[in-house]
Amino acid sequence: MDALQLRKQLIEYTAELFSEGFLDEQFTQLQQLQDETNPNFVVEVVSLFFQDSERLLNELAKSLSQQEIDFKKIDAYVHQLKGSSSSVGAHRVQRSCISFRDFCNAKNIEGCLECLQKVKQEYSLIKDKLETFFDLEQRLSATGGSPPLP
Amino acid sequence: MASFPYPSPTLSLPNQSGTECRDVPHVLAVDDNLIDRKIIQTLLTNSSCRVTTVENGMRALEYLGLIEDQPNSTATMASGVNLIITDYCMPGMTGYELLKKIKGSSLLKEVPVVVVSSENVPTRIHKCLEEGAQMFMLKPLKQSDMNKLRCHLMNHGS
Repeated sequence: MDALQLRKQLIEYTAELFSEGFLDEQFTQLQQLQDETNPNFVVEVVSLFFQDSERLLNELAKSLSQQEIDFKKIDAYVHQLKGSSSSVGAHRVQRSCISFRDFCNAKNIEGCLECLQKVKQEYSLIKDKLETFFDLEQRLSATGGSPPLP
Repeated sequence: MASFPYPSPTLSLPNQSGTECRDVPHVLAVDDNLIDRKIIQTLLTNSSCRVTTVENGMRALEYLGLIEDQPNSTATMASGVNLIITDYCMPGMTGYELLKKIKGSSLLKEVPVVVVSSENVPTRIHKCLEEGAQMFMLKPLKQSDMNKLRCHLMNHGS
């Protein structure tokens, strides 16, 4: 695929991610912070987000499998995940954390378990899509094509 | 439904030429979230600030020299910080508690403190402003927020 085609594909893919609500305006903010002095900023932040989310999802699974469930602890983890996803523009992950916190407050274990599955699902989706996005960007850059402006 | 936003103008500050670090505002950012620390660091660096990030209130107080039993704590560090930005929700010491300690210190009370939070809770905002916070901002932080901060940076330089 040549540079023009790749560029078009990247633009279309990005637009889809926004229109389907996977990403929001905060992601654009991050893209605008990237420049020659900080050329890998978005990838770096998103990588941190992936690492941190995986850690939190593991902790949540562990905490929800305990005999005595510590809802405060769970709420704290979800709060962190909500914060990180909001900061990178991972809109659907952020939204799924909101209902999670409601179930925590209500001390509803079933609800929490369902929410955990939902959050994991949304995380998995956005991870996949962002990896595709970065792959497209990289391939475009390898052809020497100019990146679309965020 | 998210739409393609227009890029917002980048904050451009008058170029601080010269080698003196003092001419570049020094901001201490306190946040327990790794991703937010990275973002605030870049936002501030892009606004021509020198940034130090710490992950909790205790570390912030140590850095500022407010913990007496630190062998290397220096009062000069405190006077070298022009602005403190702190997250509100942090485990251990909250941003509000940190704010109180800073405003309660004769050494640091003049340093502007900005509190940030992902939650828009009017009583929380009011409480922080009452305690002397210069400003309260909502997360996630954006480039346009850096313009607002600029007004609150203390006079720096010689």
